[in-house]
Amino acid sequence: MKPAPFAYLRPSTLEEALAALAGEQGAKVLAGGQSLVPLLSMRLAAPSMLIDINALPDLGHVTCDEAGVRVGALARHAHVLASPEAATTQPLVAMALANVAHPTIRNRGTTVGSIVHADAAAEMPMVLRLLEGSVDVASVRGRRTIPAAELFAGPLESTLAHDEIAVEAFFPALAPGAGVAFQEISRRHGDYALVGVAAHVELEGDEVVRARLGYLSVSDVPVVVDVSDSLADPAGAALAELEPVDDIHATADYRAHLVRVLTPRVLAAATDHARQRMNA
Amino acid sequence: MSEQIHDVRLHVNGSVHEVRVPARRLLSDALRHDCGLTGTHVGCEHGVCGACTVLVDGAPMRSCLMLAVSAVDAEITTVEGLTEVDGTPQGRLSPVQQAFSDCHGLQCGFCTPGFLTTITAGLEENPDPTEDEAREMIAGNLCRCTGYQNIVKSVLRAAEIKQERA
Repeated sequence: MKPAPFAYLRPSTLEEALAALAGEQGAKVLAGGQSLVPLLSMRLAAPSMLIDINALPDLGHVTCDEAGVRVGALARHAHVLASPEAATTQPLVAMALANVAHPTIRNRGTTVGSIVHADAAAEMPMVLRLLEGSVDVASVRGRRTIPAAELFAGPLESTLAHDEIAVEAFFPALAPGAGVAFQEISRRHGDYALVGVAAHVELEGDEVVRARLGYLSVSDVPVVVDVSDSLADPAGAALAELEPVDDIHATADYRAHLVRVLTPRVLAAATDHARQRMNA
Repeated sequence: MSEQIHDVRLHVNGSVHEVRVPARRLLSDALRHDCGLTGTHVGCEHGVCGACTVLVDGAPMRSCLMLAVSAVDAEITTVEGLTEVDGTPQGRLSPVQQAFSDCHGLQCGFCTPGFLTTITAGLEENPDPTEDEAREMIAGNLCRCTGYQNIVKSVLRAAEIKQERA
């Protein structure tokens, strides 16, 4: 299993990378490569050129302030997961990252790369969507910020233009009085999840005033459902908006079953988390 | 169109290897075919089995999921680089290698290089793992012979040998 031939560039500045990308219609960007290289090897992708951004400066950061966590395009999952500041600022980031593949893959794969790869079975696109985060992209035409709600167009398809490179992802901080939780079920440890669920809950006093759920691997894009008005049957409300898919790993019925099992569990865990944070 | 060939300087096990490879050469293939280091085994070639795991700047990574051209700035350690220098021509088995030998941590041996590199790095991070942590450490590597029991024992034994030798 060998990739088809491609031209290769390893630019040392972002400007050089953006110019090369703008000038080559069939070019793809290589960061960690943990999703791209298998696609190349299986010849599911055959770009004419790879633009390797691993030598670009200043993109490996994980910075936190009161607004949230900013993750640079070359920050590896393992590096983000190891940041105590990130885990405090937005705990859902670390909760989900611990479920991303195996540690060996997390040592090389990048969080930003995983997001713009836009796999509905991946954890971080759904987490960014649930948290209402965003991705900053650059091109020779300038920079722009894409809100997560506008980022995922379809299976493995983001709304980045061909000449744009994602340079940073932004995960908003967890507000006081809010809580989060994450759980997924996979056939084997470290495999892609059959279904994964994250919850974001906001309390006023002891009452849940806002509850939103994110689903991965159920439909062909990451889906977020607001269940604030259907707390009596949140899984039912979620399934009304989800379209579980059949594949070789699970039937649509089994996925719907997992949604019914995981939804109340994760919602309860997020509510407990919010209460703990209020009482802390 | 002839394919472009890149001159790549790889740093492997403390030596420099100057190789001439096309951009599509996977690091796993470059190590085996261009550097002649056939200790790194190639199993699934899409990141699932873990047999090709090498250490890149000390961290375990899948060499089948990296391009050789993209590894230029890294210090790579393969299974051949784990053996300790002790003045003898063959060197001394590392604690993890010795533990695999002591505990029958391998049968056919195909997956073993990936386990050895992964556990070597794992024990750097966690020198005294519990049995559960030992299982977690090897969760990303597949073995079809042993049933993993003796590999878990090898992890725990390697931690002991490491302490005995310290």
